[in-house]
Amino acid sequence: MGAPLIGARVERKEDYRFLTGAGQYTDDVDLPRQAYAVFVRSPHAHAVIKKINSAKAKKSPGFVAIYTGEDFAAAKLGGLPCGWLITDVNGQPMKEPPHPCLAQGKVRYVGDQVAIVVAETSEQARDAAGLVEVDYEVLPAVVDGSRARAKGAPQLHEIAPDNTCYVWAIGDKAVTDAAFAKAAHVTKLEFINNRLVPNAMEPRVAIGSYSRSDDNYTLYVASQNPHVERLLMTAFVMGLPEHKVRVVAGDVGGGFGSKIYLYAEDVAVTWTSKQINRPVKWTSDRSEAFLTDAHGRDHHTVAEMAMDKDGKFLGMRVKTTANLGAYLSTFASCVPTILYATLLAGQYKTPVIHCEVTAVFTNTTPVDAYRGAGRPEATYVVERLVETAAREMKIDPAEIRRRNFITEFPYQTPVALQYDIGNYNATMDAVQKLADVSGYASRKKASEAKGRLRGLGYAAYIEACGIAPSAVAGALGARAGLFEAGEVRVHPTGSVTVFTGSHSHGQGHETTFAQVVADRLGMPIENVDIVHGDTSKILFGMGTYGSRSIAVGGTAIVKALDKVIAKGRKIAAHLMEAAESDVEYDRGVYTVKGTDKKKMFGEVAFAAYVPHNYPHDKLEPGLNENAFYDPANFTFPAGSYVCEVEVDPETGVVKVEKFSAVDDFGNIINPMIVEGQVHGGLTQGIGQALTEGARYDATGQLTTGSFMDYCIPRATDVPFYQVDTRVTACTHNPLGVKGCGEAGAIGAPAALMNAITDALGVKDMPMPASPQAVWTALKNKK
Amino acid sequence: MAVKVSLKVNGKSVSVEVEERTLLVTVIRENLRLTGTHVGCDTAQCGACTVSMNGKAVKSCSILAMQAEGADVMTIEGVAKADGTLHAMQAAFKEHHGLQCGFCTPGMVMNAIDFAKSHPNPSEQEIREALEGNLCRCTGYHNIVKAIGAGAKAMAAGK
Repeated sequence: MGAPLIGARVERKEDYRFLTGAGQYTDDVDLPRQAYAVFVRSPHAHAVIKKINSAKAKKSPGFVAIYTGEDFAAAKLGGLPCGWLITDVNGQPMKEPPHPCLAQGKVRYVGDQVAIVVAETSEQARDAAGLVEVDYEVLPAVVDGSRARAKGAPQLHEIAPDNTCYVWAIGDKAVTDAAFAKAAHVTKLEFINNRLVPNAMEPRVAIGSYSRSDDNYTLYVASQNPHVERLLMTAFVMGLPEHKVRVVAGDVGGGFGSKIYLYAEDVAVTWTSKQINRPVKWTSDRSEAFLTDAHGRDHHTVAEMAMDKDGKFLGMRVKTTANLGAYLSTFASCVPTILYATLLAGQYKTPVIHCEVTAVFTNTTPVDAYRGAGRPEATYVVERLVETAAREMKIDPAEIRRRNFITEFPYQTPVALQYDIGNYNATMDAVQKLADVSGYASRKKASEAKGRLRGLGYAAYIEACGIAPSAVAGALGARAGLFEAGEVRVHPTGSVTVFTGSHSHGQGHETTFAQVVADRLGMPIENVDIVHGDTSKILFGMGTYGSRSIAVGGTAIVKALDKVIAKGRKIAAHLMEAAESDVEYDRGVYTVKGTDKKKMFGEVAFAAYVPHNYPHDKLEPGLNENAFYDPANFTFPAGSYVCEVEVDPETGVVKVEKFSAVDDFGNIINPMIVEGQVHGGLTQGIGQALTEGARYDATGQLTTGSFMDYCIPRATDVPFYQVDTRVTACTHNPLGVKGCGEAGAIGAPAALMNAITDALGVKDMPMPASPQAVWTALKNKK
Repeated sequence: MAVKVSLKVNGKSVSVEVEERTLLVTVIRENLRLTGTHVGCDTAQCGACTVSMNGKAVKSCSILAMQAEGADVMTIEGVAKADGTLHAMQAAFKEHHGLQCGFCTPGMVMNAIDFAKSHPNPSEQEIREALEGNLCRCTGYHNIVKAIGAGAKAMAAGK
């Protein structure tokens, strides 16, 4: 038995292959007789397709096939489904316009798929696609969510009048209005939560492969959730039985939400592979990724907080318009509702909250969950309001938070969630020390002496992770369960292979999950391998998103492990001729209470597979168990962030001088990996606040369609971070874990914008705070 | 029109028939099946395709195969020792958790090795500036910067 592995900074098992070029990403897969697909995409944001002429393309060298929307309609391929039904304020279901894999008569955003062209090589496919002539009748477009319902706005879908998907609300409006009526102070802000492009470094890839001999399909795809992909594609789009379709998501180069969804290309290559009886490979280039990977955020919000004279929060009113883009992406509908408005209590005892969300269609790329998904938008609303209120009421921003922190648990918020545990004063105390807030005044003076402006901003975020109790999710409109599955396969000589329905695309599950298993079994981590990402190997899985993997997927593994250990106890009792109730287990060793008798886990495993001396009358041979785990509640990671910026008033350049983060993720399996997740999340959050933002022109052209004009943070844009954790263990899962994947992206934008507005002395300014925007804000102030 | 290009890759002489428009990265990935070199963008911004050409880190998406005629190219697959032992820079990335999804990693390592040759004890600022042409979406660069600092020192110490 070695040192404990849970809580240790173990170097990652997956790193060797990534560092030596041996990773197997989907584009690294090539199949015999493979042909290459390129999609003809709409260059217009809104147009009627009058005619498609493919005569020239068909004569192009290496041409194999072309299919259009007409072919897909004739084959009765369904549209892409939405996985979450939102019921509107009138009790009516949301409007779900058809979302065809290839456009049917009309295109609704730049990049919309019009045809799939297949050729012998990728270059030839590109050449042939370029020769397809599409005759469009261009229609006026609407791109701005807040204008989608304006009188005379272009209409996208017949079944969605006023481009409205739903108007949804949570909370008691009358009671909230009454709270505002007796307020001593009201703080109001109106802002846009800017649209983001996820930009995982690996672009999407899909390879469809049909086998005539056994009538099976295999889809290799860069996906965060291969089983969900299979379920959606087979049952809802292609009408295939699931056992005929295998989905493989090997190494995946980042996801951040963008690889959760079932995309049209995945269906198109799978279907086409049967038509031409050859594997079909499609690799997105970055320009396509900008246009077609689901975007994130894009809210227009008016928010108000009511306070008494001491800064105690009395109520909150929020009205948001969420731009969903041209079609409903897989989980688009739940992001600005269930994952957003339910988080508006934040860390505070705000007694009444009312939030109304209007979700609209526009001629833009579909919007869905991107790292944080609704929770960054909620945190931005709450934490910008709180900081602004503190400034207006001349109360220290940390103090106003402390006056309102929830301190008793469990706590039922007015917006449906019940927080099981937390200690918000502990993370606030820790971050104030870590950030040396007491030394801030002298740093500000030093900046001023250089002619620079310095600002400090807080954000105290909360998120709901470990998604989700299926019954709760179902009651809220989810059309799928949200459990997770795990299998622990013990081999005859005691080593272990673990199969998990979670999917790692950078999170390090091969290490973290192995730490949990090896720790419980008292064996070296080298004896445990984690397998994920292949529906033919894994019994089932809901995949990785919403910081759910350790809390839900990890717990499923622990439940399977419990069964393994319990069966081992029976075997050990037999081997040691003891009563099962007298056998104790600790990290790989079975002992008999009050004796020196013991059996190692490896001996028990061997006995299970070489069952010569074995209780055959009571037990089956073998040692292999699986478990499905459906969580009892969400988990509630929370933390406090402090950001300090220095602004050059001459140029408007903002420098993030210090960023301190103290998070409570519950118990931690591998602190090194957790810190890495926080660093990455913070950087995406800083990206949203400082450098990123998708822009469309009035005709619906994405003017930020490459890394040349959409700026994801570079190494020079960010500082070394100061990160730490405090622990309140989650009360309802055996590991006491909460999840850490999204926190940084949730808390950082508010902290940074609070710091920038503090430095500039302005109430608000839009994200991203580019040099031009900052310079303009300063100029307008004078 | 097909053209023949001969070059050395990871110490081995190779000849390939390619189109005139074929990029070096395509030769590496598709002709030679060395898939550790990745393509992350189409505007020469991300650096995932970085390889060493004649001892200098270059973006292989921005070089035509024909320009590599006679060149000595090293890809990520050629960096570790023949027995599989990691190069000091690779080891530093592992020790400092300088990678998550691993997609940008080969380009990061190839660029870092070239940088470290001329910067045996780099400052934080020098490292960050050297990463101007390499994008990472996972790590926030924090641990990459630490890894490169440690890797450069280890390389200078002859490890």
